[in-house]
Amino acid sequence: MTQPSIAIKDFTVAPPRITSWQRFRRAFFSRWIVIIGLVILLVMMFTAIFAPWLAPYDPYKQDLSSPLLQPCKAHLLGTDGLGRDTLSRVIYGSRTALLIGFAVTGVAVIVGMVLGLCAGYFGGVVSMFIMRFIDALMSIPMILLALVIASVLGGGLKNVIIALSIGTICPYTRIMNGLVLSIKQNDYILAERAMGASDSRTMFSHILPNAFQPIIVMITMQLGFLILAEAGLSFLGIGIEPPFAAWGSMVNDGYQYLMTNPALSFAPGICIMLVVFAFNMVGDGLRDALDPRLRGMF
Amino acid sequence: MTLVIFFIMRMLPGDPLRLYLSETQSLESMPPEAVAALRHEFGLDKPLILQYTSWIGGVFRGDFGTSIYYRESVGTLMLERYPITLHLGLLSFVISCILGVLLGLVQALRRGKWIDTSLTVLAYFGISIPTFWLGILLMYFLGLKLGLLPISGYTPPWENFWLSTRQVIMPVICMSVMGIAGTARQMRSSMLEVTRQDYIRTAWSKGLGERTIVYRHMLKNSLIPVVTLLGMFAPMILVGSVFAETVFAIPGVGRLMVSSIFGHDYVVVQSITLLVAAVVILCNLIVDISYGWLDPRIRYG
Repeated sequence: MTQPSIAIKDFTVAPPRITSWQRFRRAFFSRWIVIIGLVILLVMMFTAIFAPWLAPYDPYKQDLSSPLLQPCKAHLLGTDGLGRDTLSRVIYGSRTALLIGFAVTGVAVIVGMVLGLCAGYFGGVVSMFIMRFIDALMSIPMILLALVIASVLGGGLKNVIIALSIGTICPYTRIMNGLVLSIKQNDYILAERAMGASDSRTMFSHILPNAFQPIIVMITMQLGFLILAEAGLSFLGIGIEPPFAAWGSMVNDGYQYLMTNPALSFAPGICIMLVVFAFNMVGDGLRDALDPRLRGMF
Repeated sequence: MTLVIFFIMRMLPGDPLRLYLSETQSLESMPPEAVAALRHEFGLDKPLILQYTSWIGGVFRGDFGTSIYYRESVGTLMLERYPITLHLGLLSFVISCILGVLLGLVQALRRGKWIDTSLTVLAYFGISIPTFWLGILLMYFLGLKLGLLPISGYTPPWENFWLSTRQVIMPVICMSVMGIAGTARQMRSSMLEVTRQDYIRTAWSKGLGERTIVYRHMLKNSLIPVVTLLGMFAPMILVGSVFAETVFAIPGVGRLMVSSIFGHDYVVVQSITLLVAAVVILCNLIVDISYGWLDPRIRYG
């Protein structure tokens, strides 16, 4: 027997295995712009967690003997109208922004997903009732809705979270509803039903996990938008009460002293922009890495 | 939907009457009969459901009710302010459409070149920048430092066209940046999507000029997702006007909304909210209709 003249590829040796996690990592970290976003986010979270150690001064302590200082060595970004150190307040502001962002997302995702799941799964009257309500809420832009609700409930951290959550529920419900409708068509759901699984088991152990990727992408993208909305509310003076450091209200406070101390309103504004920027980029990166087909959905 | 708005508004804490009266006298010092009379005048003594039906009935007849704070018909109030917001909003919308589509087109045609990369980064910043902060930045640099533009106020264009245009530039920039950036992003990605299609390859291979391919075949086909997005931006521009009008002290609907919220002037707030919702629904309708024009394959009913 002669050797075959053409080289036959040896299929007994497996090609290097690429796990889905590795593929995800490669796609995610290949774009420098996504890495920048990730770094910004990590820095923000770091400052938010370690704010008490990072801030050079107490952000709430007023020092009326030195109001409106220009940026100098002692106060890197100067002081505001009540003599509070701007840098410390900006650092504490990251806590407020991230806290509100995560809290609202938590509430909205849970409520929105359950509503969307029910509407999509049961259909009929349930779906009509839920989706009509969501449509009605959706016809008012989210920030205006939050503005009205926050003014009804009054200021304070808790009320701002509630106000923003109500508007944020809508997109989650809608996307969940759509996902459930398409997942429901799969044969494995039919098989599950044929085996006699209960409604709640089918919904929570089979449909929900399959809807996770788009929801994760949506969370990242909505977080940036939420922080923008929160800043807008507190800029208008509805939201976090004054002693608390929130970037939006700091921009508004600094606005009065724009002529003499521009740093007062510039610094918190830059922070808002950077965080939102970072969330948007990481969200985009996640979307492209997890599932490029999602492009059209967001 | 009107129900939702109405009941949210009536949960407002604080008595609107107290606010109205506080300028002249305190509520407590008035005789109870007078208070009751005032309540009756504004219809506050009726049960909620009657208040709702009378309000919604009025809306259908073009009567939005009476503002408790201004003691003027809400319709008159809105008529005074609506043209202002409309002026700013329409300008921003047109600018967002034109600039957004153009920039997205340039990006897609020069894909991977430096102009594409830098515009992509700029677009990210554009959708991330808070409207009010951008307003303050512009005000500081263009208005205060360089003295190029008046920093605030509004003049109707028919009174003093030049001044009005100069005053309008900064708010319009603020309100349209997000729209431009969002549209450009969407335009870029849908253009790239269209470029891959078979009919574009056919068009190239049969020797059509680049101009014809880009304008006749690519542009029109990539506009559908962009139009969807533009429909969503119209309400966003209204929201932007709330902030831009606050920063630049422009007496438009946005300012009226904010001041009425603080004043518990619920009739005004619910009417504005209703109007905004109407604009949103109208935009969705326009978007749906324009689909049919852009792509004759899409037909309804």
